[in-house]
Amino acid sequence: MALRRRRRPRPQLTTVPPGGALPAPSPLELSRRAWRRRRARRSTLVALASTLLFAAVAYLVVTSAPGWPRVQATFFSPSVAWESLPEILSGLWLNLQVLVVGGLLVLVLGLLVALTRALRGPAFAPLRILATGYVDLFRGIPLIITLYLVGFGFPALGLQGMPTSPFVLGTVAIVLTYSAYVAEVFRAGIESVHPSQRAAARSLGLTHRQTMRIVVLPQAMRTVTPALLNDFVALQKDVGLISVLGAVDAVRSAQILVGQSFNFTPYVVAGLLFVLLAVPSARLADAVTARARRRQQSGGLL
Amino acid sequence: MSAPVLDVRGVVKTFGDTVVLRGVDLSVGEHQVVALIGGSGSGKSTLLRCASLLETVDDGQVLLDGEDVTDPRVDADAVRRRLGVVFQAYNLFPHMTVLDNVTLAPTVVHGRPKAEVQEEARAMLARMGLADKAGEYPDRLSGGQQQRVAIARALGVRPRVLLLDEITSALDPELVGEVLAVVREVAAQGMTILMATHEMGFARQVADTVAFLDGGVVLESGPPEQVLGDPVEERTRRFLARVIDAGRL
Repeated sequence: MALRRRRRPRPQLTTVPPGGALPAPSPLELSRRAWRRRRARRSTLVALASTLLFAAVAYLVVTSAPGWPRVQATFFSPSVAWESLPEILSGLWLNLQVLVVGGLLVLVLGLLVALTRALRGPAFAPLRILATGYVDLFRGIPLIITLYLVGFGFPALGLQGMPTSPFVLGTVAIVLTYSAYVAEVFRAGIESVHPSQRAAARSLGLTHRQTMRIVVLPQAMRTVTPALLNDFVALQKDVGLISVLGAVDAVRSAQILVGQSFNFTPYVVAGLLFVLLAVPSARLADAVTARARRRQQSGGLL
Repeated sequence: MSAPVLDVRGVVKTFGDTVVLRGVDLSVGEHQVVALIGGSGSGKSTLLRCASLLETVDDGQVLLDGEDVTDPRVDADAVRRRLGVVFQAYNLFPHMTVLDNVTLAPTVVHGRPKAEVQEEARAMLARMGLADKAGEYPDRLSGGQQQRVAIARALGVRPRVLLLDEITSALDPELVGEVLAVVREVAAQGMTILMATHEMGFARQVADTVAFLDGGVVLESGPPEQVLGDPVEERTRRFLARVIDAGRL
């Protein structure tokens, strides 16, 4: 059940406003406030109770299953989890590196593609078509196939200086795919800025580039930040896919440990670590979205 | 006079440290037109937003047909169904045609048959001189046309009272007349209206009562000839002098 939005406590009137301080609230208003408080408390209790009930039922159903003891031993063994943690953590460090490097490259490449698609005029038609084709292609291909094509195809070319490290190739594949998505997010943002803004900027004599940089993009960024953060959360777990190229990341380490111990707990550990990684970004995305909403709406009840 | 349709009693509204309304009393009787005047920031819009339950009041009551609609126990949606609101910036739905804007609430909210509502809406649009605009999208209309559509939309639900929030403030002077003509006709048909306005001439012609909002209270109210022609309060006098200077009376 959705939590009711808590009423912000009324700030104390520190300065006496013009016209004198307000008289004390009437009994009617006090009773209304009391009623709202009771309502809020009741909603919270109902939400809490229903959550606890659900958790209890889920717990009972799972633990009473006939296979539960076996599942518990093979998936949730504390000792295996503790032993596997250091190796999985060192693997996660590789994922983090891919995430940071890849994330930055995705932002740059995605923005470039979006700006190319936003170019006007027939002279830029080839560029636009190229950018559109790129987006269509890499948004359409499953990431894992891009990873195989890049990870095994590029080295097979045997070109001088072609990197062979799965770290580099995996990052390239992820950047190719995610840039296509992020380019579309940026493009949506650019198009969401009202044409009148462009008209105002161009009539001040700003060039297309200046208009984009100074007027359109700052407004577009504000609109798309929540969507970008959402893509970032998706990227955080997809970096685990570089394991298919043989990079020893968190997923791959877990796989190796599973093979050694015949116990699946390392997968659960790796999964939990990815969740821990994603939670702060998810909360940040929530906060940014809420802030954008507050800024765009001038209060009121609805 | 019978019981008022809309009765505002001691309404207080604050935003943080700013006290906008500090005890407003105002009543609008059946078939009455009440004009709210006052400087910008005097709380006219806030009062209308409180009356249409778009804001919660911090004290006092708003009664609609004798029912306390500021009681948190009332179903606010059910109350709003009985109100018609027209905003300063039209607030038409840009993704719907004019006809769909007008027929939305009667069909979706009130569940009336679509054919009947459409016929009624077309007739209303025709009366407002918009017969040929029913299929257009709002962005293709002038401000005056859009505002007339907004009035038609508000009237579509057959409201008990029509709340008009400075509906001509965003319009070119030459478009003001066409919108005011529509309001005049709606008033003549007996609609109960509470309007915030800067058009003193219009208030004088159409309103039964003019209320001057200042410092968060209704400082002075009465028949238009009295409040606009021979105000008792010094502040009302000064406000009107400023308006005359600006050439709006």
